[in-house]
Amino acid sequence: MRTFRMGGVHPADKKISQNAQIEKLPIPKMVYISMGQHLGAPAAPCVQVGDKVKVGQLIGTPTGFVSAPVHSSVSGTVKSIGMVNDLAKRPVNTITIEVEGDEWVDTIDRTDTIVRDITLDQKQIVERIKECGVVGLGGATFPTNVKLSPPPTAKPTCVIINGAECEPYLTSDYRVMMEMPEQVLIGGTILMKALGVNKCYVGIEENKPEAIKKLSALAPKYPGVEIVPLKKKYPQGGEKQLIDAVIGKKVPSMGLPVDTGAVVQNVGTAFAVYEAVQKNKPLFEGIMTVTGDCAKTQRNFVHRVGTPLSFIMEYSGGIPENAAKIISGGPMMGKAVSNIDAPTLKGTSSILYLTSAQTERKPESNCIRCGKCVAACPMGLEPYLLNKLGRASRMDELEEHHVYDCIECGCCSFTCPAYIPLLDTIRLSKAAVMKIMKSRPKK
Amino acid sequence: MNTIIFTIATLAILGLLLAIVLYIVAQKFKVEEDPRIDTVESLMPGANCGGCGKAGCRAFAEAAVKEGVGSLFCPVGGNAVMQKVAEALGQTVEEKAPQVAVLRCSGSCDKRKKTSVYEGISTCASVAALYGGETDCAFGCLGKGDCEAACQFGAIKVNPETGLPEVDEEKCTACGACVKACPKQLLELRNKGPKGRRIWVACRNKDKGAPARKACLAACIGCGKCAKECAFGAITVENNLAYIDFTKCRMCRKCVAACPTGAIHEVNFPPRPAAASATKPVAPAAQAAPVQKPASPVAEEVKKEIPVQKQ
Repeated sequence: MRTFRMGGVHPADKKISQNAQIEKLPIPKMVYISMGQHLGAPAAPCVQVGDKVKVGQLIGTPTGFVSAPVHSSVSGTVKSIGMVNDLAKRPVNTITIEVEGDEWVDTIDRTDTIVRDITLDQKQIVERIKECGVVGLGGATFPTNVKLSPPPTAKPTCVIINGAECEPYLTSDYRVMMEMPEQVLIGGTILMKALGVNKCYVGIEENKPEAIKKLSALAPKYPGVEIVPLKKKYPQGGEKQLIDAVIGKKVPSMGLPVDTGAVVQNVGTAFAVYEAVQKNKPLFEGIMTVTGDCAKTQRNFVHRVGTPLSFIMEYSGGIPENAAKIISGGPMMGKAVSNIDAPTLKGTSSILYLTSAQTERKPESNCIRCGKCVAACPMGLEPYLLNKLGRASRMDELEEHHVYDCIECGCCSFTCPAYIPLLDTIRLSKAAVMKIMKSRPKK
Repeated sequence: MNTIIFTIATLAILGLLLAIVLYIVAQKFKVEEDPRIDTVESLMPGANCGGCGKAGCRAFAEAAVKEGVGSLFCPVGGNAVMQKVAEALGQTVEEKAPQVAVLRCSGSCDKRKKTSVYEGISTCASVAALYGGETDCAFGCLGKGDCEAACQFGAIKVNPETGLPEVDEEKCTACGACVKACPKQLLELRNKGPKGRRIWVACRNKDKGAPARKACLAACIGCGKCAKECAFGAITVENNLAYIDFTKCRMCRKCVAACPTGAIHEVNFPPRPAAASATKPVAPAAQAAPVQKPASPVAEEVKKEIPVQKQ
């Protein structure tokens, strides 16, 4: 069984919500639709306060090449446009809509029938994906159409659908593969057509045998699609690691993943691409997990973008009394939620409750040069060294030691027996070094 | 005996030859340097803090000789050093008002409740990179002391009781290192003011009134009362936040009294006369405000000079 070659760790699986079917979350009374739901320039609101909007109507237009449009997830009246704090309490331009009924835009195909024939051509597909505001749902929310328009120097050879879901606890991708397997494969086929390639791999970790079985049974119907079972290892879902695991090629330092010929898309994105291209449905719904050892219920939901997290928490039984930390995303790379009234985004993949025992940071002791972090780093960096250089602000040496290659997966901190907050310092020095590198005049 | 003579002679000749070679090389590859650079450098304070925008005192001296002193200013040495430098170079400089760093946040622990606990490494930069901070105010001081660490002069200390840094204005040289270190841009260099008196809005919260007030009792709520009160047009309110232009402020202190939340701070002023404060209640926070130590014991003499304001 394949896996990436360098580093990696084995955190406990904890896929306790994997058997919970995806349920439709009720629509709240108010939704808060953020204009910054994707990587790149935030969208600009194109509606006025007091306007009536329908489900799927365009409410934010992209403001640059790396940017994505935003669509309304509900029908109702625009109440206000202004700054609303996100889950990290940072103000983001947000459109607040008061919900009235559930009236959809006519152009969306709301039937359950699976549309298998792809009628659009290559250019139209990319254009449709762009119009529908599809972004990468694996975590980075990079606009999908940008990934499908590689620079002319790059020659894509295959699509890799990322079904690794290597983060503990998360099960939304698994549920998508279990409940919408054909849609994911059609999405993969659409992506192949959009890139003009004829190979599509679906990488799934071995801890999801049901999904591997299900997709393998369906794959022969879709020419070019191959299911690749992968050995369980974190961070296999990282773009660079997945490329290495599936086709055995390394993304060069400072290079683009497409330099290896592979374009990676998450299973959630493949499903969103299917819905956009075949059903003409913009991306305004997301699939997320509510889980945790102390969680009152283990659930998987399809939510309307802009639903307050507190609404979802209440609907799924409330915040457990012994929860010490709430995380949006996985326990390894997710973000701590400090504002529970923050709305969901396109890329919101989970609400995870952790107890104080799980989140406790033990007191830091001295580095004993055991080299565990070096062995664990999937990018081949030396975290203990970067930590030391970072604390001394030695920017030139940090650059020499490729701090910018860090993917912030947290393997080093996870594995450190001295509990040194390696990732904390490396993340800071990486940001500082990248700032210096960007400020240099281009050659 | 001969051996000793030969040895001495050989070494002496060798030494002489090498000295000649060294002399020729030194003449051939001599770097011409303006001697004035050394003169100017000797006049500098030698803190090498970078507050002037140059890499250090030597770089400052080179720039002063090359480009003139007009556009340069050494915040550590101040006007005295600039005067000497200008004299040495035969130029003139304008006097600059001495400046000091002030903190634009009044969210002490009792006014700004903690709503979350941060467990990562103890630097403001790290907190700011992850989220809005432990309180509900996304603009306020994070209290981890990046400014304290950046200050080479020991002028900033985080007070564990208030959770806010305090600037010792006698030690502060206005080099601007703390201004650069603060990820929330809470420190500002402002004119020291006559007798060290100055007034500033100690808040950066751009939220609307209600959420700002909910997050912090001492927040500027953008009500604009201070701007209306100001007779000199020194106060502007933008994005729900007031700002006092120190070049226009005439130190009348009316805005301090008008502020409903005590977000406007005053330092080194004499205590307000009892009569005035009876008719015009002063916000309680304003009296407790002086976060900074007074520069000098001027309070006594000030009392005689300043006419008591009568209503």
